[in-house]
Formats: sequence, C-alpha cells, structure tokens
Amino acid sequence: MWARLVLIVSRLRFAWSRRRVDDEIRGELEAHLALLADRYVHSGMTPEEARLAARRQLGSVRAIREEIYDMNSLPFLDTTAQDLRYATRLLRKNPTFALVAMLTLALGIGANAAVFQLVNALRLRSLPVDRPYELVSVGIDQHGKGRVGRGYAGRSIFTEPLWQEIRSQQQAFSSLFAWGNGGWDLSTEGEVVFGRGLYVSGQFFDALGVRAHAGRLLTEADDRKGCGSPGAVLSYAFWQARYGGNPGAIGQTITLDRRRFDVIGVAQPGFFGVEVGRAFDVALPLCAEPLIRGPQPATGRRDAWWLDIIGRLKPDWTLERAQSHVAGMSPDIFRATVSPSYKPEIAKAYTSFTLTATSAATGVSNLRNAYATQLWVLLGATGLVLLLTCANLANLTLARSSARGREIAVRLAIGASRRRIVRQLLTESALVSGLGAAGGLLLARWISQTLVSVLKLGPAPVFVDLTPDWRVFAFIVAAAVLTCLLFGLSPALTATRRDPAATLDPGGRSPTDRHQAARLRRALVVVQVALSIVLVVGAVLFARTLRNLAAVDLGFDPRVVLASVDLRRTTVPPEARAGAFAAIAARIRDVPGVRDAAETLIVPLSGGDWNSRIVKGGVAQEGDVHFNEVGGHYFRVMGTPLLAGRSFDDRDRPDTVRTAVVNETFARRHFQQVDPIGQTFQMDLPPGAPQPVYHIVGLVKDAKYLAVREERTAAIARFSARESSSMFLPIAYLPVSQNTMPPPDFRIVVRADVPLASLTRALTPAITEAAPGAAVAYDAVANYIDALLVTERLIAWLSGFFGVLAMVIAAIGLYGVMSFLVTRRRTEIGVRMALGAEPRTVIRMVLADSGRLLACGVVIGVGLAIPAARYAASLLYGLPPSDAASFGLGISALVLVSLVAAWIPARRASRLAPAAALRE
Amino acid sequence: MAKGAGERTDVLQGTLDLMVLKTLETMGPLHGYGIARRIEQMSDDLLKMNEGTVYASLMRLLQRRWISSSWGASENNRRARFYAITASGRRQLTKETENWGRIAGVMARLLRAAERS
Repeated sequence: MWARLVLIVSRLRFAWSRRRVDDEIRGELEAHLALLADRYVHSGMTPEEARLAARRQLGSVRAIREEIYDMNSLPFLDTTAQDLRYATRLLRKNPTFALVAMLTLALGIGANAAVFQLVNALRLRSLPVDRPYELVSVGIDQHGKGRVGRGYAGRSIFTEPLWQEIRSQQQAFSSLFAWGNGGWDLSTEGEVVFGRGLYVSGQFFDALGVRAHAGRLLTEADDRKGCGSPGAVLSYAFWQARYGGNPGAIGQTITLDRRRFDVIGVAQPGFFGVEVGRAFDVALPLCAEPLIRGPQPATGRRDAWWLDIIGRLKPDWTLERAQSHVAGMSPDIFRATVSPSYKPEIAKAYTSFTLTATSAATGVSNLRNAYATQLWVLLGATGLVLLLTCANLANLTLARSSARGREIAVRLAIGASRRRIVRQLLTESALVSGLGAAGGLLLARWISQTLVSVLKLGPAPVFVDLTPDWRVFAFIVAAAVLTCLLFGLSPALTATRRDPAATLDPGGRSPTDRHQAARLRRALVVVQVALSIVLVVGAVLFARTLRNLAAVDLGFDPRVVLASVDLRRTTVPPEARAGAFAAIAARIRDVPGVRDAAETLIVPLSGGDWNSRIVKGGVAQEGDVHFNEVGGHYFRVMGTPLLAGRSFDDRDRPDTVRTAVVNETFARRHFQQVDPIGQTFQMDLPPGAPQPVYHIVGLVKDAKYLAVREERTAAIARFSARESSSMFLPIAYLPVSQNTMPPPDFRIVVRADVPLASLTRALTPAITEAAPGAAVAYDAVANYIDALLVTERLIAWLSGFFGVLAMVIAAIGLYGVMSFLVTRRRTEIGVRMALGAEPRTVIRMVLADSGRLLACGVVIGVGLAIPAARYAASLLYGLPPSDAASFGLGISALVLVSLVAAWIPARRASRLAPAAALRE
Repeated sequence: MAKGAGERTDVLQGTLDLMVLKTLETMGPLHGYGIARRIEQMSDDLLKMNEGTVYASLMRLLQRRWISSSWGASENNRRARFYAITASGRRQLTKETENWGRIAGVMARLLRAAERS
C-alpha cells in the first residue's frame, strides 16, 4: 500500500516536470554515447566506426526516451487533460449552449450556496473561540414560559439573583459566565448615536479563551458589586470603525449613555460575542448595569430577566451529566430566588422551573429560531431551481448528443469503448458544471450579503459572519458534482447505447434507439413542468401573502415620525417628567410643518410591550390585556378614530379618578353586551402594590400593537399567559398625565407635512429648548412595518424570481422537445399533409402531444406543491396553503407560457412542404 | 571471448533492476555509464543488452525511491548524474536477493528433475 502511494506520488512529481526530466535523460544518453565512442576510438576504431558501434551498444535514444516519458505519465491525467481540451473546443464551437448552461448553473448553484451560507453561518458554524464544543448553554425548560416580570430585549432568560445562585452552586463547569445585551448611546449631547453593548460577567473573555488584541480584557477583578465606573472593552470591528484602529484609544474615555468609561482594551479580531446574528461594540462588566440603567437597575431584582448563561464543561463531564446536575439543583435555586412581588400561583409556577443544559458550540441565536422555516423554505426553493436547471441541461445535452450521434457512432465503430466515450461526455458535463460552480461561488457571496442586509433585526444591524469556510466550499463542490452527474450521466449513457451500424446507415433510422432518447427527453420535460409548478405556485402564494399583509388595516396611519426623548441626564426630577413630556409635545406642535404631536410610552409595532391581566368586579379575567400610556393628542396623531366617549385632556390629573380609553377588542372581550363607557377595571397587580380603579372614558377603533400579523405574536410575547387568536389585541390606553413616576425615556409621535430629514433639523432645537440636556433619537413608524414585513417581502421577491425562472426554463425545455419531436416526425407529418391533413390538424396534433406532457407534469407538480405549501403554511397570510385560486393562477400561467412555447414548433410543422419532407 | 548474438542471454527487466541495485550497493554512487561498464565487466560480456535500458531501469528505481540521484562531475570533468542506493533500496535489495536465491534453487531443482525424466 505504502509502496504504491510512493510510486503514485513520485510519478506525479516526475509527470509534473517530465519535459525537464526528458532533457536530462537526453543529456545523459548523449554523454553515455560520447564515452562509449571514446572507448572505441581508444581501442583503435575510426571516429566514424566508433560512433556507429556506440549507437549499437546503447540502442535507440528515441526509444529509451519514449519509454521513460511514458513511465513518467499518469494515463488517467493524460486522458482527462485530452478530454478537457476537446470539451473546451466543443463548447467554444457552441457558445450559446455553453452560455445558457453556465449561466443557469451559476444562478442555480449560486442561489443554493448563498442560502446554504446563511444556514451555515446561523446553524452550523462553531463560535470563533477556544474549544467551542465544550461550551454549554444553561436555560430553563420550555424556554421558561410563564416567567413574570420585566423582560429586556432579546432572548435573555435569567435574573441576576438566579445567576448568582447558579454560579455558586454548580459543579459541572470549569468556568461559567453570564451576559446581557444593552443598547447604549455613544453621543455626548443631542441626538442619540446607538451602540451595541454587552454586559459580561468577569469570566466571560477568559472562559471563551478570547485574547486581547490590544490593552487588556475584563477579568473577575473588574466585575465586583458596586464597582462604580469600570473599564470598557471594545470589539475589534468597532475599534477599527470608530478609532481607525488607533492604539491610542486605549486609556481614553468613551461616553456610554452619557457616562464616561475608560477604554481598557480591544478584543481579538473576529470575536463578535456568543449570540449569532448580533455583534457587540462595547462590553462592560455586569456590575456597571446599575450605573447605566440608573435608578431602576435590573441587578438584584428577582423579576428582571436580562441575562444568559454559558459555561465550559469540566474535562471529565459529559453534557448528559451536566444536564442532570443542573436539573437536580433547580428546586433549591428557584425556591431561593422567588420574587416577593409574585402571587402564590405565579410563585408556584416559578419554583417548578427546571434548569437545562444544551450545547452552545455554535453559539446561541435569536435569528436562528426566528428564520428557521424561512431559511429551509428558501433552501428548498433554490434546491428545486437547481434540479430544474439540471433537468433542462440534461435535455440540452441529450439534444446535443443526438446531433453528435454520427460522431459517437463512428468512434464506437472504430473501436472506442463505450466507457471511454461516456467518460469523455461526462468530462464535458464536468467542465460546464465546474465553470457554473465557479460562477456560483462569485454570485453566492453577493446574494448572501444582500440577504443579510435585508434581514434586519430592530435597530441593531444583523451581524452574520459570511466568510466562506470548508462547509460552503464542500457544498458547492458537492452541488457541482451532483449537477454534473444529474445532467450528464443519462444523456451520455443513452447516446452511447445506440447501434453504430444503424446510425451510420445513411438513409436508415434506428427506431428503438431514437425512441429511447425521445422517451427520456419527454420524461425530463414532465419533471421540469412538475418542479416549475411547485415554484410558480409558491411564488403566487407568497406574492398574495405580501399583498394581503400590505393591505392589512393597521388601525392607524403609519406615516408618523417618531422622536425618542431621554431625560435621564437632565435636571428634570422624576415627578415632573409627565409635565416635561407634555411640554415637549406642545413645543413640537409649534414647529412649522408639524400638524400634531403626542407623547406615548409604547409605539405600536416597535416591539415594545406592556401587558397584564385585568380584574373586573374583583375577579381576575382570562387573557392578557396590552397597555399603553399616551397623551391626549395620541389618537389624533395616529389617525385612530375615537368611536365613543372622549380622549384624555386636562381633566385627567394625578389627583382625579384614574381614566382609560379602550379599543373595540377590549370592549368586546370584557364588556360583551354593555356600553364600556363608564365601566371600571383594575390591573392584576401583586398584593401590596396600589390597586387603582380605571374608569373607561373612551372607546377607540382597533389598532395593531405588536405585529402586523397580530395572531402570530402569541409565540413571540413570552410573557403572555394566554394566546390571542384574533386579528387585534385588546388594548387599554392610560393617560400619561396621571402617572406620577413615568420612566425617563419617552416617545413623541409627530404627524408632519415635511419629510423626516428636514423635520429633525427643526425638532432637535425645539426639544432641547423645552428640556435642556435631553437625548433624542428619530425614526419613522413606517420603518417598523417595513422591518416586520421584510422577510415576507424577501421571500415573495425571491420566490417570484425563482417562479419566473422556472417558467422560462420549463418553456425552453418544452420548446426543445417539441422541436425535436416535430423534426423526427417530419416524414410522418409530410405524409399526412400529402394525404390532405390541414395545417390546423397538424398544429392540434403537436399541441395535443405537448398537452399530454403538460398534464402529466401538472398532476405530479400539484402533488408535490400541496405538501410543500403545507410546510410553509406559517409563512402565509390570509390564505390557506391549498388556496385554489393561487394554484389555479400558477398552473394557468405555466400552461399558457408552455403552450406558447409548444406552438412555435407546431406552426413550423404545419408549414412543412410535404414534398420536401417526403424526399428525405 | 566473443560469442554469437544468438547465444547472448536476454536480460529480464526485473533482473536488470536487481543488477543495477546491487551494483550501486557495492560500488557506491555511479553514473549510468559506470553502471553499464560494471555490469558488462561482471558478466564477462555474457550478458548483452542495449545499454540505454539501464536508464529506464534507473527511472523505475527512482520512482520507487530505492535510489536517489544528484548532479556531479564525472571523471573527465563533465556534468553527470550520479545515482546512489537509499535505505529503502537496501532493504529491497536484501528482500530481492533472498527471493532470487529461492527462485534460482527452485529453477535448478525443476530443470534437473526435467532432465532426469
């Protein structure tokens, strides 16, 4: 075995330099000849005789050289090179085929590779840290459904007291760390500059094995309770972007939420954190949280969920052992950390939670769960496109090999083995698919980058590491090999199966061979039609979904500008905040071009949520109600009509009765038969807290709150105990003016006649005039809707593109096959026409033949499309997966295009001059 | 002791390789011409071959890494390629020598038996 390997390797080596080796051997042989001749001259021959004698003794120099040359060649490589040269020549001779084949393949492989690259980045690739396979993510079973309290952005599932308990009790991990996401303002004054923050516990960098690129990283010593203003660590990318990679940045201060922190170091390049899809700019130790978040920190709170935990397994521990370990310590941990604000039944649910441990080698991700179905659907669609491309190429290749039937027959007849010819035909396919794959690789990068830029997640840009790794390359190579075999093998086998004698016979036709090729081509068209049906119907379903979503009645007019105002760094005392926000709104109303403005706690569709159950007549009601706190002008600004009663005004003061405005769904659910105006309810609050009674003073039209597809929000709203299946959520609006302690950050919705850019220039001075030192950030509510619908739009566009592509490819396929069949039946058609068949009859005959193929394809395609659509049902809106209209539309579009494609050869057949056809 | 062409023994390929290998083992590094001379001398001119085949044999041995080659100056100061046996070549030679002895013994017995019958 080893000896064989040595032989192959050195043969390769000699083959590589065999020109040089040959030169050397020639030199040696000539020297040898000269030495022999010298010897003969010494023994008395004439130089002429000596040379001849030497020649005889050495033998033929040419023969020796040839023998050695052959010895130093690998016949396999030689033949392949020869085949490749031949294939290149053939492709050059037929540039249209080459171009169509390579373009469609590049598109097919590129789209597949792009989606695969995303799947890879989100699901398969390991974190860029030391020994990622040892990392284990700690969680709560069933994702901790039913956790009560304040949740912060993202997927965070632990409270700070829980983290402390787990850290002190666990045995399974050699190191354990927690982290939480934060969005921090990087500006020093005026408008907010958003930065992606990360709170990390002391062991974070150490446990991950991340090294400092410059300066030092945070350690256990930095993360001590009450650490005041600790040091900050920058990500490499942020350091490059903001400081231009200047080492002088270390030791400078950075402003986060208007507090100053020392920059102590930069993390190693490529480290983006542990959450796939979200990169960080600045990391602070956990102990900095009270300083940043101000008077109401999450640290120490037993009902504030803002941390995630990952640990590194001890060397001799398995994941299973760690799982049972954390499960075993769960009861103690949860019993020790029950929040005093919990009512008995909630506390009971809380103490029954169990900790889980799952592998975190590929990181954790929100994005992964959010886009799983979409990615698989996209990968499925691109896979179908590739299959379709292969079927089409197989058809084209088959047509080409029939045209080359004579050539192949001659080669078979003069003794080429079938194997050899199949190999040569496959080399041609491999060349095409190889070039296609190369094109696909280039396209893939561009396509996947476009996809990522479209998949945005809130204000933080999505970060997905798309550097192609071995998996992506392996995928592309596999795709290329597979396509090559798919479209090259069966035509090659069919082409060489023919009987050379029959093909070479000038007038003769070999019906059986031709028949076989024709049958294969017809089958391929059926496959193409079937695959196209799936793609076209999918495209129609997704397009209609997008249209349905765009036409959804939101209950408000989204053309609203949004100014987020943060009063934390101002001198405004907490009890004066409500007044300050009202004053800012009033001041904004005076800005030229502004029609109206109102303050609000939560902006619909922004992702913000405040919900609770309500108590009516002393009885807690089933199902969550969503709340908002708004100013009196809110409904006018948003364009949500007031149906009865009044909006808030200066009658609603802290010292008057608590009032509320409710929406129709609220009224319908909780006051079915009675007029809601004048009714009262309470919030389901923990005992001990004040229990105000809210008097309903107004009824407004329903409006969207969490999502355009409100019925899907149940899965997203982790804190909802009961799911709502209606199109709108029940909402109760409360007046800001009655809140004595509003939070320091609030939003002002502004309806204006001028565009956003020019408006913000006027708004910032107005706001800072009303509240000096306030931080402001702008956005448009319409952006939220775009962000919420972005995947739907993306899928609709992509599937539409694939659908059209599929139709075109299927039409090309049908056209090709019908032309081929018509040519084959020239004589028959000629006879028919000579015997008096009308051109119409001929057209009908050809179209009927196409119709049979189409019908087969459609039936199979519908059979495939129904389960496919059912899989994608969760991505559809306002129509069932087996929507008859969409299927009908898709099928008729495809049939129409295909019949047009078939009609061209049909007409050509009908114009056949019978005499010409018969003479052949 | 010139002999007719018909009496010359054809050299089998494998045998030539073995002879080249043995030559390099006993003589140390040699160029192609030197190997041919040595084989001629040892065989007392009994073996006649096209000396060019020595180079084919050398290439075969090179490919198996049983010998190595390097450039140097020949006796008359011309650039020449010198071939030397490698460690794996020596091992192979030992193996082949035993093999050869066995085959020779078998052949001898077989031929004698054939003579007797």
